Amino acid sequence: MTIELHKEKSTGSVRTVTIGATKDQGGTRARTLTLGGETALPFLAFEGAFPNRPALALEIRDRKPDDWSPLLYQAWGEAMQDPADWARAAEAAGADLIYLVLSPTQAGGSQNVAAASRAVVRKVLQATGLPLAVVGPGQADLDNELIVAVAEEAKGERLLIGICEDKNYRTIVAAALANDHLVQSKTPMDVNLSKQLVILIHDMGLPLERIVMDPTTGALGYGIEYGYSVMERLRLAALQGDSMTQQPMLVNPGEEGWKVKESKVGEGVPAAWGDWSRRALNWEALTAATLLHSGADLLVLRHPETLRRLRLVIDDLVAA
Amino acid sequence: MPLTGLEIYKLLPQTNCKECGYPTCLAFAMKLAAKQAELKGCPYVSEESKAKLEAASAPPIRLIQVGGAQHRLEVGSETVLFRHEKTFYHRPGLFLRLRDTEGTEAIKKKAAEADAFQVDYVGISLGLDGFAVEAASGDPSAFAAAIGAVRSASRKPLILIAAAPDLMKAGIAACGGTRPLLHAATADNAAAMADLAREAKAPLVAQADAFDALAELTQKLIAAGVEELVLDPMVHGYRGSLHALTHLRRLALRKNFRPLGYPILTFPGAGGGADEPLLAAEHITKYAGFIVLESFDPATLYPLLVLRQNIYTDPQKPIQVQPGVYEINAPDGKAPVLVTTNFSITYFSVANEVEGSGWPAWLVVADAEGMSVLTAWAAGKFDAERIAKSVKGFGVAEKVGHQRLIIPGQVAVLSGELEEELPGWQIMVGPREAVDIGSFLKAMWPDGK
Ligand code: B12
Ligand code: SF4
Repeated sequence: MTIELHKEKSTGSVRTVTIGATKDQGGTRARTLTLGGETALPFLAFEGAFPNRPALALEIRDRKPDDWSPLLYQAWGEAMQDPADWARAAEAAGADLIYLVLSPTQAGGSQNVAAASRAVVRKVLQATGLPLAVVGPGQADLDNELIVAVAEEAKGERLLIGICEDKNYRTIVAAALANDHLVQSKTPMDVNLSKQLVILIHDMGLPLERIVMDPTTGALGYGIEYGYSVMERLRLAALQGDSMTQQPMLVNPGEEGWKVKESKVGEGVPAAWGDWSRRALNWEALTAATLLHSGADLLVLRHPETLRRLRLVIDDLVAA
Repeated sequence: MPLTGLEIYKLLPQTNCKECGYPTCLAFAMKLAAKQAELKGCPYVSEESKAKLEAASAPPIRLIQVGGAQHRLEVGSETVLFRHEKTFYHRPGLFLRLRDTEGTEAIKKKAAEADAFQVDYVGISLGLDGFAVEAASGDPSAFAAAIGAVRSASRKPLILIAAAPDLMKAGIAACGGTRPLLHAATADNAAAMADLAREAKAPLVAQADAFDALAELTQKLIAAGVEELVLDPMVHGYRGSLHALTHLRRLALRKNFRPLGYPILTFPGAGGGADEPLLAAEHITKYAGFIVLESFDPATLYPLLVLRQNIYTDPQKPIQVQPGVYEINAPDGKAPVLVTTNFSITYFSVANEVEGSGWPAWLVVADAEGMSVLTAWAAGKFDAERIAKSVKGFGVAEKVGHQRLIIPGQVAVLSGELEEELPGWQIMVGPREAVDIGSFLKAMWPDGK
């Protein structure tokens, strides 16, 4: 019996986006990171091309956060005291990209300021040769103030900056335009909103090759299924040729996965939840691994062990 | 793949005799296609056509049932490749592998522990679905004893893993009238395994590492009278599994290829050095029907069960709880009043936290159309007006002797408006995350526990 397998033909492909610039390209990065380019659903190499494997980023902060899970403090230890050390540790852990999140406040509790963010970004750029993403604390005015400064400070480095959301994207996009950077375009789990924001950003003159789309995800147990299906729908649309859905996708299972009780807390939880450390690591890793299958091109993680596990998964999924 | 009206029409007598109650054969065919009529309405349809039509209306992936002394599991009958197209219906079964070489006492202990495992997720109790007992010793009596040991500890369904028919026979006898899944028929033992499966009226796994061999095998088993089949395509690794299971699902759904239209069984932790939890997770999202795990670890099983629950929820309906006032830890008139939404995940995060903190409390669950706090707020389903309506409508004022209401920290912006909507009430802004409710109450609630 010979069985004829069903193969899908795509008319579209995911756009290729490169983060970071080397010396020749006007930056200082030792290497760059290219995302996208695939012409079929995730890892189905029998019916499409996959020029770039999904990438793994590690999140670091401009200063040691005060509300992370104790397991993350254990994992990073002293390195968290200094963003340059933390970046080096993340590079040593195998990250493809450093994802630097700026805090709303400075160590003493006063509001973060542009000069401090400039200094941190400068330091991190010197500490690592990896491409860099820098995003604000998530408060519109402060985001704009800090990210504009960062964009200027790192002019030409082709950072990924953000986060652009529908209520606040213009200033960040303008900063990316003026200083040769890329942007993260984030919308709350909705196919049409994703497209719309890409269109709005593109309309300001930013080439599509400089937009990474973040369709938002929830953690395992806390809404992952919504994000998963929105990503599948976006990717199907992209492969069918719907141009504004063809951006590579970034999602943040690190942030989401470590926010939930299952990973944050070790005491006063049901015994059936099992060993805290293994459960927490599984929470982040299962969230991330599941999102690979819905089309993630870039996963932002928090724990180095999760990166190690996901790397093995990806190595096998893309093996020739 | 269902037939179109025109395709059905070609199989009808085309005499337009009207006895079916429709003016023409074509009209009847259209109704059949729309599932608004039944084939038996036409007395003249030929046996041949009838067989074709029945075959075409059978689900492209057969529904398979396994049963233990008490529990039952149904797997298969899926109709879509992507959950957003409709929904995934039958959650894959998660089984724990035990080997008869481990000794009956050890097996019994392991089975009892795994059987007792039960974890609550948004009010749903989740656990393992059963055990896969393997005849690794090659000794029929050891296999029977191992099955006996498992059955003395658990009433869940079993999968019997034995390559030799005499072992399988001993295993079936030890299952005493339950409905195990038999693993596996291969090209070498197909006839004998088919006999056993038929006699035991039990579903049978067909195992082969290539699709054409697998399809030939299922055809052979069907010819031997076994209809309830499961496929073991012998997949390894993330990529191998993804490609094979995707092809199988597509063959069934897109090509209506009957010989491979059965649920699929996988062993994510066996050989190959894969990370069992992560490969099992892939098998949950991408198309497995039975997943046999090598190890029992709550720290792995709990997230896998949650993932399975998430992927198999109906995308059209968020899981919700009934709006109303919920009493936690037997509250009295002094107990705090908290408000949240009726999205299950939200409700249970809050209710579990309050319960765990030991504080008695009244939890007002507003009708937010099953959305989380911020989603509902952004969609206008959890605003001051709705919250006030719930507080008034559910008669909260009659239950407590104070007028203080705690709102989620994420909607702190609502406090001003709420004070207007609920004159006389003091609105307290709670913490952003439910985990912090205990410490918040301790610090902020004036009347103590
Ligand atoms: C899953 C999700 C959805 C799902 C809906 C799921 C559902 N049934 O609610 C879908 C995809 C449908 C959706 C839709 C929308 N969403 Co939405 N969504 C999310 C997401 C990813 C997770 C929400 C979630 O489930 N959280 C888990 C639950 C348990 O959290 P929670 O309800 O807040 O409860 C916690 C706390 O609030 C606290 N708590 C709860 N109750 C109480 C009570 C008291 C007294 C206290 C003290 C504490 C407390 O305890 C819980 C655990 O800590 C968030 C982003 C994120 N990662 O958080 C966006 C998010 C909530 N969505 C958002 C938006 C804008 C929308 C839309 C309006 C946009 C759109 N896509 O069209 C729509 C609106 C829906 C509509 N019109 O139909 C925004 C809201 C932004 C804002 N600040 O206004 C968010 C924050 C995303 C973002 N960053 O932009 N969304
Ligand atoms: S009863 Fe049968 S033959 Fe007669 S009109 Fe209906 S479908 Fe046609």
